[in-house]
Amino acid sequence: MTEMAHGTVLVQSGEAVLPRWWRTVDRGTIGCILALFAIGLLLGFAASPPLAERNGHPPFHYVTRQAFFGGMAMIGMLLVSMMPPHLVRRFAVVGFGAAFLSLLLLPIFGTDFGQGAVRWYSLGFASVQPSEFLKPLYMVTVAWMVAASQELAGPPGKRLSFALTLVIVGVLAMQPDFGQAALILMAWCVIYFVAGAPIILLMGVLALAGVAGVFFYNASEHFARRIDGFLSAEVAPNTQLAYAANAIREGGFFGAGLGEGAVKWTLPDAHTDFIIAVAAEEYGVLLVLVIIALFATIALRSFLRLLKERDPFIRLAGTGLVTLFAMQATINMGVAVRLLPAKGMTLPFVSYGGSSILATGLAMGMILAFTRARPQGDLADIFNKRGR
Amino acid sequence: MSGQRVPLRPLSRVIEARQKGESPDYIERENLRQRHEAERDKLRLRAEGRILVVALCFLLGFGAIGVRMGALAASEPQEPDTILANAVIQTGRADIVDRQGRIMATNLLTNALYAHPHEMVDPIAAAEGLVEIFPEMDYDRLVAQLTSERRFLWLRRSISPEQEQAVHDLGEPGLLFGPREIRLYPNGAIAAHVMGGASFGQEAVNAAEIVGVAGLEAQFDAQLRDPARAQNPLRLSLDLAIQSATEEVLASGMGLMNARGASAVLMDAHSGEVIALASLPDFDPNARPRPLTTGNDPSQSPLFNRAVQGVYELGSVFKVFTVAQALDLGMVTPETVIDTSSPLRIAGFNIRDFRDYGPRQTATEVIVHSSNIGTARIADEIGPDRQRMFLEDLGLLEPAPLEIVEARTGRPMIPARWERLSTMTISYGHGLSVSPLHLASGLAAMVNGGTRVTPSLIAQDQPPEAGQRVISEQTSTQINAMMRAVVDGGTASLAEVEGYEMGGKTGTADKPNPAGGYYEDRVIATFAGAFPMRDPKYVLIVTLDEPEIVALGETRRTAGWTAAPVAAEILRRVGPLLDMQPVIAPAVVSQLSSHIE
Repeated sequence: MTEMAHGTVLVQSGEAVLPRWWRTVDRGTIGCILALFAIGLLLGFAASPPLAERNGHPPFHYVTRQAFFGGMAMIGMLLVSMMPPHLVRRFAVVGFGAAFLSLLLLPIFGTDFGQGAVRWYSLGFASVQPSEFLKPLYMVTVAWMVAASQELAGPPGKRLSFALTLVIVGVLAMQPDFGQAALILMAWCVIYFVAGAPIILLMGVLALAGVAGVFFYNASEHFARRIDGFLSAEVAPNTQLAYAANAIREGGFFGAGLGEGAVKWTLPDAHTDFIIAVAAEEYGVLLVLVIIALFATIALRSFLRLLKERDPFIRLAGTGLVTLFAMQATINMGVAVRLLPAKGMTLPFVSYGGSSILATGLAMGMILAFTRARPQGDLADIFNKRGR
Repeated sequence: MSGQRVPLRPLSRVIEARQKGESPDYIERENLRQRHEAERDKLRLRAEGRILVVALCFLLGFGAIGVRMGALAASEPQEPDTILANAVIQTGRADIVDRQGRIMATNLLTNALYAHPHEMVDPIAAAEGLVEIFPEMDYDRLVAQLTSERRFLWLRRSISPEQEQAVHDLGEPGLLFGPREIRLYPNGAIAAHVMGGASFGQEAVNAAEIVGVAGLEAQFDAQLRDPARAQNPLRLSLDLAIQSATEEVLASGMGLMNARGASAVLMDAHSGEVIALASLPDFDPNARPRPLTTGNDPSQSPLFNRAVQGVYELGSVFKVFTVAQALDLGMVTPETVIDTSSPLRIAGFNIRDFRDYGPRQTATEVIVHSSNIGTARIADEIGPDRQRMFLEDLGLLEPAPLEIVEARTGRPMIPARWERLSTMTISYGHGLSVSPLHLASGLAAMVNGGTRVTPSLIAQDQPPEAGQRVISEQTSTQINAMMRAVVDGGTASLAEVEGYEMGGKTGTADKPNPAGGYYEDRVIATFAGAFPMRDPKYVLIVTLDEPEIVALGETRRTAGWTAAPVAAEILRRVGPLLDMQPVIAPAVVSQLSSHIE
């Protein structure tokens, strides 16, 4: 758009930002996210009063906090979803650097809140868990590296990203936070898989993970106890797993009724890791099936949109982020029904946790930015029907 | 990549280009571009397929979870005797008795009530009958549960014999009883804070495990559950009759003085055995209340043990420690004259006396008249380091090692920087917060001849060895004489009980305002005493939270008017129970002390 004459008025071409955003963004996914967030608040009313009581707060202390952080997360998500992909990438890579640094500084400035693992920074009014923010930013960074390696004479991005992954996994395992470490390793594998990895190599990585698992099983009591709990056929009746399973049974399909649930009084993590058990007990499995459907819809819609994507970076970053999101949901719910070993993992948007919901909002914002409808490929490609 | 490598610069095309005068580099570039695009297309197609695989995996995962949830919800709760078939539930928790062998806690066999809905003859009638027996049950919900497909349902964890008979009379074969031992505290609220409470742990139809949740029950949980020791009751140092009398007097005193709370500790001055430990308001450990849901202050809960968990600035009772240390260091004698000219100005802070008794007083008068200025001057001579070491030797700077779990939380509050001003305020009991139990064991060391005692709730069969010496026997005798003089004509004259030779010290401390500073009209009033002063056997601490009484036409809050008479009344009641003979013509210990010197 060259200015032909000096002083002519600049006329903006194309639509305004907001209408274009509304036309191209995945509105169905936004709807699903808002529904999940609403359900999370509803469950907070049921699950968090016992905790608030134990900590000497007013009964709905945690619900108000969650509404506040959730509102911030929603705003953040919408803002991020309006950014063009290259801007998202730029911010994400810089943000990754910052998050990684703060992860490294945890042993010096962090606190463990008496839970045996140094994962948090205490800010007085709230605490921040850097690994929650690191995950989505890491995904984008890795996608950027791998996509770059597919360019002509590009850097060896795959090898670099693998090295980075190993470092992060190592740092997380030191905390110890094996759940997040495993999540990151698996997400990297998915990106590598989609980027065209030889199958044999992937098998090798999986075997390596298995060996590492055995090693930590022998080296860490914390880790071994959880695996043992999963492997034993009989569940000891006073474990979290048994309480969760019992709660789902008690609830049946239509729930025991509002406020009738008992599991929230016995489970220490009722508002985070086992929120789905509270949902099942008070509102019945029907609500749980709705939650599962919402997660599946978000994941599948995003994957289907990414299928058509021609830009390798957007394809990889989007896939990685959706994988992270869906995997976290699967693991959280899989633990509650004993399909997976117990692992402290929050249910995105539903569990209580400021860091978790803010980071998930950020990640969803990036997914929305990557899955916006945009022209794909060059006109010539389309005319020549290349690749189709 | 195809097996056949296509050259980037095919010779035929290069020759052709040269003939036309074009640069052959363009051919190479064009070929490179095409190769790269082909590669990208291949990668993209592969990625499409692989994303589809990933998406399918997740779909399968979500599906599996959904199916599993549905299956779980559709399954019925198992009867717990099958779940726990191989786990043995430990029953037969050992009793707890007082020092005379009277029962403080025992087990009672009751029944738990559960239902087998599939065996029921008439669930509707059963529900109607049950609602009549247990009015708190919800009829509609009960009908829904009893007519459902489930095969097992808990109804009540423990029921009384009357309720059991009434359920029998329903004649419903689907209602079943499981034997259930419950923990019973036959004395109700007496010594509630010491006992703590118990609840059920693992549960099955045929038994349930009792787990201690607070107090002694939690502290000795492992020992009480140990089957090898089930026949050996845990024998406490408490005396049920004395504990009961103490609580009764304390409660009426608390009512009379309109106090918010009160606590009392009666301790053997030589062995450290606690004979009575009371904290009001209290609760019934048979039905232990839930922790408070509103407000942030657990110390307002009846569960809060004011005598052990509550740390307060206890005021002038601390003067005993200051003067005792000065006597022991040889810095003063009871007759040394101290400068008490008012006010004492230090670091921009005025130290005043409640009442001015003139600019010069002896050390004994400093105690008897409770002079802040005199004590502060003595403490200034002692210095922060020696004062701190002395209080540490008395065990006043760490949680008291009493055998209830709550004792760990009674952590004394120590000034961040122990400086000259802190030393002077601590000398008269401000700036350092300790629990009444701390004060009792500290005072015991002052009066028993000068050796440290360790507080204990467990009866000791033989007298323990004397603890670490903190002051000399002579100092102990001197301080005893001073404390006797406080009761015999000093600030605590209302604590005099004829024949028992009570001695002690009062302390009236302004309560700190959470918003900063101190309240003008709210105090913690403490009487710290010992008896008989000729050779003290017992230490008695009485603390009242915000007492007020109108006497002689004035509203009185000071400990001399509030805590001291309550302590006297307690002594009047428990003295005979302690097998003590009142001395008919008591010798005045203050005269006695002059013989010794």
